[in-house]
Amino acid sequence: MIDFELEPQVVERLKMYHMVAENVMRPISREYDEREHEEPEQFFQTMWQAQSLADVAPGGDLKGDLKKDGANAAKPSGPKLRNLLTCATTEELCWGDAGLFLSTPNSGLGGAAVMAAGTSEQKSRFLKRFTEGEPKWGAMAITEAACGSDSAAIQTTATRDGDHWVINGTKIFCTGGQRAVEKSDGFVVVWATVDKSAGRAGIKSFVVERGAPGMQVSRVENKLGIRASDTAMIIFDNCRVPLDHLLGSAEVRKDGGFKDAMATFDATRPIVAAMAIGVGRAALDFIREFLRENHVPVRYGISPRRLSAIERDFMDMEVQLKAARLLTWRAAWMLDTGKRNNLEASMAKAKAGLVVTQITQKAVEILGPLGYSRKLLVEKWMRDAKINDIFEGTQQINMLIVARRVLGYGNKELN
Amino acid sequence: MIDFDLTEEQQMIRDTVGAFAREEIRPAARPADESGDIPAALIAKIAELGLVRGALPESVGGDGAERSAVTGAIVAEELAYGDLAIAIHCLAPRLLAYPILEMGTDAQRARILKPLAASGFVAATAALMEPRWDFGLTDLQTSAKRDGANWIVSGAKCGVPLAAESETILVYAKSGAGEGFTGVEAFIVPRTSAGVTLGDREKSMGLKALATYEVQLKDVKLGAEARVGGDKGINYSRLMSESRVGFGAMAVGVMRAAFEYTRDYAKERKAFGVPIATKQAIAFMIADMAIEIDAARLLLWEAAAQLDKGADALEESYLAKNYAAASALRVADNAVQALGGHGYIREHPVEMWFRNARGFSALDGLATV
Repeated sequence: MIDFELEPQVVERLKMYHMVAENVMRPISREYDEREHEEPEQFFQTMWQAQSLADVAPGGDLKGDLKKDGANAAKPSGPKLRNLLTCATTEELCWGDAGLFLSTPNSGLGGAAVMAAGTSEQKSRFLKRFTEGEPKWGAMAITEAACGSDSAAIQTTATRDGDHWVINGTKIFCTGGQRAVEKSDGFVVVWATVDKSAGRAGIKSFVVERGAPGMQVSRVENKLGIRASDTAMIIFDNCRVPLDHLLGSAEVRKDGGFKDAMATFDATRPIVAAMAIGVGRAALDFIREFLRENHVPVRYGISPRRLSAIERDFMDMEVQLKAARLLTWRAAWMLDTGKRNNLEASMAKAKAGLVVTQITQKAVEILGPLGYSRKLLVEKWMRDAKINDIFEGTQQINMLIVARRVLGYGNKELN
Repeated sequence: MIDFDLTEEQQMIRDTVGAFAREEIRPAARPADESGDIPAALIAKIAELGLVRGALPESVGGDGAERSAVTGAIVAEELAYGDLAIAIHCLAPRLLAYPILEMGTDAQRARILKPLAASGFVAATAALMEPRWDFGLTDLQTSAKRDGANWIVSGAKCGVPLAAESETILVYAKSGAGEGFTGVEAFIVPRTSAGVTLGDREKSMGLKALATYEVQLKDVKLGAEARVGGDKGINYSRLMSESRVGFGAMAVGVMRAAFEYTRDYAKERKAFGVPIATKQAIAFMIADMAIEIDAARLLLWEAAAQLDKGADALEESYLAKNYAAASALRVADNAVQALGGHGYIREHPVEMWFRNARGFSALDGLATV
């Protein structure tokens, strides 16, 4: 039966996340936007110690899954609608600060890749570290200088040499890459081809841990927004990893490999959409409060022809955000209920990335010179929002996926 | 508990009405738009689906099915996917039946609903809109004044569907002071009451098969039994939320019609040796249509689910309907655009959907759930 309302106990749980967003993230939001490349150590420790908050890694309640895999079978294995809940909590935390959210020590996108492509043994071997010891990060490295959206064209190679894989290539735009492999005992999941002649089928993913010989973080980018999050370039020069660091099967099959890896996106795109929605809601909440304080009414129900321009703008921001959230929750819910969500995940990501970019731009416009000033966080949200329209598949790539699916085309017919 | 699935029953209704719309209503849409007439045989056939009678209680001869705004939205979308004018026509009796079912007195329910539960199509309607550019649901100028135990209703209404063939018109009028949705009453007005005058059938840019009329009310004297809900009156805000959800759902139906037609056309039509759907400029338009359809539908279902839980859903339904109205226009516009010159020709249905879609943000009160 159609019902888009969260259960009361979930709402209660979200309040806890909201408190973290409001009391832990917001107070340092501007500071770590200005102090790019500096480490918010206190924040890392707080988040790491609040272990339940570390669960918000893309890929969901990792500890729950580890327990299911035998590490601690007595405890319940996490909520039923895991992906949906992850979207809801992600929204709360990104309402606080999207950059800090991305810098939160947890298994991150690397964990999501392990969850999607790894064996049960690999999951517990690689992910256990995120439940113990010092703060750690997981990252994923796909993008290269000559290939972004076209991830099937990656040049990085992995060649077998005895009981090791030897990786060669350079990865860029790796979110959390420096913290994953230089500043903690985390790992980066690297996508590389084991057989160029096999095309997409030859692409495999490898877990490369801190200290792997031949791996080096060569630069950390300066960015428009989400500055608290590190974005690394990593060079792999004859980097050697043990054979069992290849996720899943080494066999090159037409129906496997790349396809499995792409399935990661079906889980992560709703989460990135939820990130966008969190940033958008920050701007929307700010404007709502601002209008109230300045006695600008927002009159629901009156003739749309009598609305002021501000009311129209505000209502449009509000409904676009709601639409994006419903599309996002649907995509996550489908994953939770075992339905294929490739189309819906791209719909959500395309919509959320676009509308939140527009919503935050409109928020700056409505506030005029106040909006443009760095005294307020609104301009920062506009800068932060933009990344959601780009990473985990640009707006255009997601539109392309939606188009292919609704037209019944493959990538040969529509490219 | 979050759930994006329909109930089995709702899915069955969706499939049944959807198939009917595709096979029976759609082929009749263009001829009806050109001639201005909907064949009586088709209307009778749609009446057999029991879409009006369904939710009426067994005590008045209805089927006694549970009324649900979500189910209502599904029916409205599916029928409008066939044709908007025919959908509004066939569901118009709900405009009288549902407010009385929900908020009428027992006596009103017995009196008004019984004829509407009869077999075959029984026309009935409601008069809400007024012929002013700035008409809004919260500032009706049609007035209702007490005259002892009676009421005197005066004002001008427009866009009243099926007014000429309906025995009873539900007339919304402002009875007292109050901001927003307060102070509005609904009156059961026999069409032949003294002081009620129908204008000529209206001519509009779209919805040409739907017979709508201006209705003038000049000092129409009504007894106390004409006021829906008796002394309690109505919850006007809730009725308008139901109306917005119904009309918004119809917008989704029109969007879906335009989307499917454009998708199929673009896969057939070749330019430069390949189907135009293989060009990103066209493919992205089609992807946008698909996203907007789902977005609008989810917003409307959210408002409908709120209504089913007993909330008035003012904000939700307002935002959702306005969103669906804007999206429908864009989708229909893009459908014409994607077909190019052919989209402008009346041989294809997209120009009709474009004209029909324009109405969603200009009109109100033509549907309910």
